[in-house]
Amino acid sequence: MIMLRLFYFLLFPSFVLVGCAGSPPKTLYQWEEYQPQVYRYFKTKEDGKEGASATMEMENGLQQIRMQGGNPPPGYHAHLGLLYSIDGKSDQATAQFQAEKKLFPESAIFMDFLLKGQATSQLKR
Amino acid sequence: MEFDQRNNQRTVWVKQSWSAFFCLLTVFISGCATPQKVDYTAFKQSRPHSILILPPLNTSPDIRAGYSFLSQMTYPLAESGYYVFPVTVVSETFKQNGLSVPADIHAVPPAKFREIFGADSALYVTVTQYGSSYTVLDSRITVSADGKLVDLKTSKELWSGSASVSDGSGSTSSGGLAGLLAQAIVKQVFNSLNDDVSNKVAALTSQQLLSAGRPNGILYGPRSPHYGKDKD
Repeated sequence: MIMLRLFYFLLFPSFVLVGCAGSPPKTLYQWEEYQPQVYRYFKTKEDGKEGASATMEMENGLQQIRMQGGNPPPGYHAHLGLLYSIDGKSDQATAQFQAEKKLFPESAIFMDFLLKGQATSQLKR
Repeated sequence: MEFDQRNNQRTVWVKQSWSAFFCLLTVFISGCATPQKVDYTAFKQSRPHSILILPPLNTSPDIRAGYSFLSQMTYPLAESGYYVFPVTVVSETFKQNGLSVPADIHAVPPAKFREIFGADSALYVTVTQYGSSYTVLDSRITVSADGKLVDLKTSKELWSGSASVSDGSGSTSSGGLAGLLAQAIVKQVFNSLNDDVSNKVAALTSQQLLSAGRPNGILYGPRSPHYGKDKD
């Protein structure tokens, strides 16, 4: 009986330690406000209310990512490019689409298509 | 007399532990019973590097379900190791080419997507449940969706799956039955006005549907450190 109790007594701490093992797994990317921004983008279009330009928040997010040595997720730069394009800021839009293409070569065909569009007309809301 | 009693008790204990063991065994086995296993042959042959998320179909009564779920799909796919095309830019591109209805988009030949976007695969999703449902004593938010991944070079289906998440409500209350009913009604009204809660549940559904490393889930993509190490 005593042996059994001793066994459980010794076992308990190991459960606790296992439970505490490790911090949450690191993500591949640093997401900042990208997903909520996407949600807000669609939502304000549905509501018909033009939301305030979100470029500032996205740019701040990029700064955070740079400072912390993280990686922006797929689409982050491109979404910011879209926002600049809507605001009529073609040069900044171009720069963002190019950044997306550089980070993610899988996007090259689509980014080239958008860059061509920037050169001619703009993506409008 | 004492010895007999102890012996009987021991027999009862032995019988009880055997039945407990068998009970646990059946629970364990039934718990382990997995649904139809996905055939990953086509997926492994295709090994897509990128995924084009198409605006989802929505068969729920809430018109916000489509874009709400769409806004939550990038995260699990990207973290599973795929390049995911920017959903807002893709949506605008479709609109500017006369495609604003998801059903019309889903009807486009897959080869066309490959031509315009250069994507390896496309994800076709239908949101089947979105928002609050009202039961007698409670209301909860449920988001359900199913999806399939199609290779854009071959038009072959690589994977399909479905997921459903409800927020565990667990209302506590004083005031008995009337109190519970009142709470449920208030919560129902609040939830239908507050789409943000549904959006958060949608995030969980999306992660369940689209994260690699789950049974019958998608395989890890090339950008993941787990690429090629799927357990199936």
